[in-house]
Amino acid sequence: MFDISIPALMGQLLVGLINGSFYALLSLGLAVIFGLLNIINFTHGAQYMMGAFVAYFLLNKLGLNYWWALVIAPLAVGATGVVIERLMLKQLYKLDHLYGLLLTFGLALIIEGIFRNEFGSAGLPYSMPEVLSGGFNLGFMFLPKYRAWVIVASLVICLSTWFLIERTKLGAYLRAATENPALVQAFGINVPRMITLTYGFGVGLAALAGVFAAPIYQVSPQMGSSLIIVVFAVVVIGGMGSIMGSILTGFGLGVIEGLTKYFYPEASNTVIFVIMAIVLMFRPQGLFGQR
Amino acid sequence: MSEQNPNASAAHDPVWEARYHRNAFILMTVFFIVAPAFIYPVFLMKALCFALFACAFNLLLGFGGLLSFGHAMFLGMAGYLSAHAAKVWGFPPEFAILTGTVTATVLGFIVGLLAIRRAGIYFAMITLALAQMVFFYCLQAPFTGGEDGIQSVPRGRLFGLLDLGNPMAMYYVVLAIFTAGFLLIYRVIHSPYGQVLKAIRENEPRAISLGYRTERYKLVAFVLSAGLAGLAGATKAIVFQLASLTDVHWSMSGEVVLMTLLGGMGTIFGPVAGAFVIAAMENYLSELGAWVTIAQGIIFVICVLAFRRGIMGELEAFLRKRRKQG
Repeated sequence: MFDISIPALMGQLLVGLINGSFYALLSLGLAVIFGLLNIINFTHGAQYMMGAFVAYFLLNKLGLNYWWALVIAPLAVGATGVVIERLMLKQLYKLDHLYGLLLTFGLALIIEGIFRNEFGSAGLPYSMPEVLSGGFNLGFMFLPKYRAWVIVASLVICLSTWFLIERTKLGAYLRAATENPALVQAFGINVPRMITLTYGFGVGLAALAGVFAAPIYQVSPQMGSSLIIVVFAVVVIGGMGSIMGSILTGFGLGVIEGLTKYFYPEASNTVIFVIMAIVLMFRPQGLFGQR
Repeated sequence: MSEQNPNASAAHDPVWEARYHRNAFILMTVFFIVAPAFIYPVFLMKALCFALFACAFNLLLGFGGLLSFGHAMFLGMAGYLSAHAAKVWGFPPEFAILTGTVTATVLGFIVGLLAIRRAGIYFAMITLALAQMVFFYCLQAPFTGGEDGIQSVPRGRLFGLLDLGNPMAMYYVVLAIFTAGFLLIYRVIHSPYGQVLKAIRENEPRAISLGYRTERYKLVAFVLSAGLAGLAGATKAIVFQLASLTDVHWSMSGEVVLMTLLGGMGTIFGPVAGAFVIAAMENYLSELGAWVTIAQGIIFVICVLAFRRGIMGELEAFLRKRRKQG
């Protein structure tokens, strides 16, 4: 316990922060979608995977680099989200929330199945952008540039999303529509279009996380499915009431997971689920949720 | 609220309903008794285990209104314990199956206590997350054999007499277990307890205001459902002489949802029909690989968008309509 190796500990902490950025980005998207659509988007993991694959295609088929992928992947995957919302999800708003979960689960199966058919189960490598390879030697640890970039970029995106929703006029409309869509519609705001774009935006966030993940993890059809279950636990722990709550819970749980990997590696897969169980016992609505 | 369950709002005619259930049950049982003459018994046993699993799940979703997305943990854990008891401890099959069932029941009690603290969508996410925890436990625990699972589990002799190595003997034992589980679920649904459960599904605040402690009712439903899912899993492990990670994986939890949805949630016979369709699809399309997953996804989407009553729900609606006209 006392002979702590600082570089190893810092290394796991870094891995924790990286995972935390993915948790934060994905749970943020889930929370935004749930707020307006009342649907838990089970396809989120598959859309994260699609983001990584779009980056892979852009690089290997069209020769467009990572920076292009950062812009194009969220837009492209977000566009497929818009189509899904218009064609399918739209029909479910009058029904019980559970149908949204079931439909998006089915879509996730279809998308993953198609990608597995095309690319098999093996991972495809995605090379790191030139500028971001290498790293800084901080004396007590080695910090790869790319990892630092992912953490900073996700933080910036999470905080901008928070700003957009909590501090701008558009965000005010969005929050109002979450509370009472009929009333907002009566003020002449096109709520259905707002819902569609919100879904596209949440999906785009997932795809962006996928692009971030591509150089770190291999690009594979299954990369989203186990991640999304952990993100569900993160969402339960945080509660979906607040945007800032999702961000804090995401990063916090990533760090806790990283520390567990260092101190008690056997539990690193399950620690988030254990925390979820404990939170359910004492604060069932989640750390930031309202009853 | 009844929008959640499209099969709940049908007009009630208890006499007709009882007669329909009795006739359908006789038809189903006769079919299962003669089926091994023309259908491969191993497939039938797999389908029967899935059918019991789906019926147990339907008790919770169709009658309790609770969507568990982690029911594989009960199927899988019961399978592991049943296989371990038969192979390592040398239990006879009846006690091996009992061990698995009790394990699932206890697990169901613990998970249920946590999960019923939230309703709706959160309930689904919580059960999914807890099931994933059980999956990781099974992946790492030494007794489960990791990726290999527990293989070549002995079937043994039932009550020391009946050699289950004989496929026909095994088949009729599985049929007996399925029928017992099915009748138990039928009895529970039509008991006063089942009526209260349905009332909670339709309108929980009203049930609370009538003085029912709805949490307890939901917990009992959860434990019952987990135990019966465990019975299915424990039997499955003895039949296939194998307990593996497939049965605790989240995709199995998804499959049981699909069976119930396709067959008709909240109907008595729907899960059986759904389980047979899905098992047949897996059996006969298995060489197509990922296409099975895609097909399952497509069935999910179609069921949710256009076929919410499911096979048996549509059939029952058709029978009712014809009866009204005639």
